[in-house]
Amino acid sequence: MAAPLVSLDDVTVQFRTDRGWTTAVDGISFDIAERDCVGVVGESGSGKSVTALSLLRLHARGTSRFPRGQVRFGGQDLLTAPERDLRRIRGRDIAMVFQDPMSSLNPVLTVCDQISETLRLHQGLDRATARRRAIELLDLVRIPDAARRVDDYPHRLSGGMRQRVMIAIAIACRPRLLIADEPTTALDVTIQAQILELLRELRTELGMAVMLISHDLGVIAEFADRVIVMYAGRVVEDAPVDALFRSPRHPYTEGLMASMPALEGGITRLYAIPGRIPDPDEAIAGCRFGPRCRHAEAICRVAVPELLAIEGRHRVRCAPRTRATGGL
Amino acid sequence: MLRLITIKLLQAAPVILVVSILAFLLMSLLPGDPAVVIAGDQASPEAIAAVRHSLGLDRPFLERLGIWLLRLAQGEFGSSLMLNQSVLSAMGERLPVTLSLAGLSLAITLPVGILIGSIAAYYRQTWVDSLVMTVALVGVSIPGFWIAILAVILFSVVLGWFPSSGYVPFAQDPVLWLRSLVLPASMLSLFQIGFLARMTRSAMLDVLSQDFIRTARSKGLSEWVTVGKHGFRNALVLVITAMGILVSTALGGSVVIEQVFALPGVGRLVVQGIMARDYPLVQGVMLIYGFAFVAINLAVDVLYTLADPRVRYD
Amino acid sequence: MTELALAVPAAPAALAPRRRFRLMRRLVGHRSFQIGLVLLVLLTFAAILAPLTGIDPSSMKVRLRFRPPSQAFPFGTDGFGRDVLTRVLYGARVSLWIGFVVALLSGVIGALIGVLAAQFRSLDALLMRIMDGLMSFPAILLALGITAALGPRMESVIIALTVAYLPAGARLVRASALVVRELDYVLAARIAGASPLRIMLRHILPNSVSPLLVHMTFVFAYSILAEAALSFLGVGVQPPTASWGNIIAEGRDYATEAWWVMLFPGLAISLAALGLNLLGDGLRDVLDPRLKGPG
Repeated sequence: MAAPLVSLDDVTVQFRTDRGWTTAVDGISFDIAERDCVGVVGESGSGKSVTALSLLRLHARGTSRFPRGQVRFGGQDLLTAPERDLRRIRGRDIAMVFQDPMSSLNPVLTVCDQISETLRLHQGLDRATARRRAIELLDLVRIPDAARRVDDYPHRLSGGMRQRVMIAIAIACRPRLLIADEPTTALDVTIQAQILELLRELRTELGMAVMLISHDLGVIAEFADRVIVMYAGRVVEDAPVDALFRSPRHPYTEGLMASMPALEGGITRLYAIPGRIPDPDEAIAGCRFGPRCRHAEAICRVAVPELLAIEGRHRVRCAPRTRATGGL
Repeated sequence: MLRLITIKLLQAAPVILVVSILAFLLMSLLPGDPAVVIAGDQASPEAIAAVRHSLGLDRPFLERLGIWLLRLAQGEFGSSLMLNQSVLSAMGERLPVTLSLAGLSLAITLPVGILIGSIAAYYRQTWVDSLVMTVALVGVSIPGFWIAILAVILFSVVLGWFPSSGYVPFAQDPVLWLRSLVLPASMLSLFQIGFLARMTRSAMLDVLSQDFIRTARSKGLSEWVTVGKHGFRNALVLVITAMGILVSTALGGSVVIEQVFALPGVGRLVVQGIMARDYPLVQGVMLIYGFAFVAINLAVDVLYTLADPRVRYD
Repeated sequence: MTELALAVPAAPAALAPRRRFRLMRRLVGHRSFQIGLVLLVLLTFAAILAPLTGIDPSSMKVRLRFRPPSQAFPFGTDGFGRDVLTRVLYGARVSLWIGFVVALLSGVIGALIGVLAAQFRSLDALLMRIMDGLMSFPAILLALGITAALGPRMESVIIALTVAYLPAGARLVRASALVVRELDYVLAARIAGASPLRIMLRHILPNSVSPLLVHMTFVFAYSILAEAALSFLGVGVQPPTASWGNIIAEGRDYATEAWWVMLFPGLAISLAALGLNLLGDGLRDVLDPRLKGPG
């Protein structure tokens, strides 16, 4: 297997709070290959976005730290690389689309300004060329009347249009990895499908890897090749999309699926996982999902389970479920 | 643009009327018979009657208000009793001094206040932030005239760097003009810088926590471009709204500073007018300052609209 | 002085007792608030305990003119041989009192005007144009004009400064009231038939209290500075009554020779204003995090 594009190894992120350092993400490890499409799923507070931000080291400065782990990209560790090197990677090799297109665009700069900024920085284009490129990019993300829209300010655009502009900015320099952090959550359902469709097309067209973050298993199922399920700052399951939906192994993943509305079968009562996601600094012995788990055993309250491979590329963090195989 | 200015002018019209009426009412605050107060305790009944008649005080209240407004509409701002001069020409003579002082003060305040406020916001919760904010806090807490007197003692009397008082017109000698104003303008700026730095810091803090700043960083932009372009352009919108207050406090503060440095400006004129019970003069000056401020607010509103594309009047 | 009105605050829900307790704890733990409170309490005590020096603030001893600070006269004596420390302590009574009353009056009257304007749309335009008109004069000039007309007395200073600082409070309360009146629970109360007066007292006023309190703290500071400026210009509190402003004004003429006469009251003003500004910063941070405009 070729070397992965990005490799996360034991990535741990802590934030400063009133009561000291809180661990938001605890020992995350997974790879993203070239042209791979990885879906990361979990409830809010599970650490998905924090993980994504650590690929570009975009956390609030001064209040976050990485006590362990590495993010390897192009022979460098992005968690410790000098800021100068990171700036060359951001927007050029790895780009990001954020959740809320309303607030992610600068309200006092035109669309043209905001797209051509990246082009001029990373590709050294002059103003006129960058503008032409910006119009092409707006065409590429299917914004009608791009030549006119390019001079608009963000507030003149609808939410869906703004997210298209965000995508145009992100793909401007043909990045090798596009991180999309809940790109459709803030949008209407019909627009959501359009944006996902656009992302899918662009991915093939530009041949980039995509890391899609969502709390919505449906979105992930439709889009990703591989799924990573996160719970309380840890990866609990990591599997190819078919394997995961065919036979989910972690009780949490099962719960998530049971709480998905099925399209066929009419009205059924939706399942809800009892309890709530624990706070990052809440002390829980053993498995962090244990208190909410229907299948919890004695071992679950004692030992922190390991993320172990059970078959092929299917990994699970659950002591009872991995006991049979003892890991591969 | 033209449409915007027209709308703003129409909105300002009632305020101008209110300012005129308020300035008129100020005169009727005078306890007892204003004519007696103005003419002085020792004045003969004839003299008092003359004053009363010349000021129109022998007419009913509403009629006086009507006459007052009518004369204002004709550009008649009354005349000073002590100077035997119209208020307009008396102000015209002193305005260059006050405008030089306030202008120089703003020229110091704007870059310094915005810069240190932004720096504090960028380095929030570090020693840099604490230092800048302590300085700003001291700036808005010490009385301007007091620190000005201390500065005169230090820089003029002890060190002899600047003249302790007096004014040299720009046309006469630009270098001496600057020398005569540096100290007063700096003292006037202390409060303003503190005020603007605190304002800028919180505006910047607000802006720097926004999502689009993270977007800017995710593009690979340097911190300088992220904060200086994306951050500052947004904070500017908030800072512009503070401009009106800055001009107002600069003009207000100049009343006190002119007194300390014996600068022959409008502020000193007002104080002299009050001491001499020259109420028409005081009234006239307040009126003109009031009108000027309405105009400044109008300009600020227009600027604000230009700086923030989200605000449009169409 | 209008900047507080510029930032339309998010109206916090009326405080539940538990939340109030939490706020109190955060307030007590806030560094600015602590320092500000200590300064203010110390100055207030100094003002109250002024008679303990046992010296008459106006007793003149020509023999003891211009004594520099010493053990007997920690702040020295002035041109009439009066003890500057005693005068500064008595001056604290006048200056702090003026600041307090102005903050209270301008806050209360301002709140009343603001709520009336927000609640009764017919009054809104008229009241707000009057406030705009008052705000068009530089505050110190307006106060100067009013005190000049009313005569240089403490009451005049209070009236003048109240009028000068009232519009900002009115605009602040109006802005937050306009936000609150559109909130769901206020609309619900209106639909349920609550009277405008009840809505005003139960919902709108309590929600404007936090920003108003912050504003009043800053007005307190401004008023102390403004009183000093007015006294300096000769229209403030008149000698022989000591106020911080008029001690400086008297000391100014011989500032080069007897620097102590004007130094100490100036320090007192600075400390008082500093304490109040810190107090205001702390209150603002804790009560209304969204209201980040400076004082």
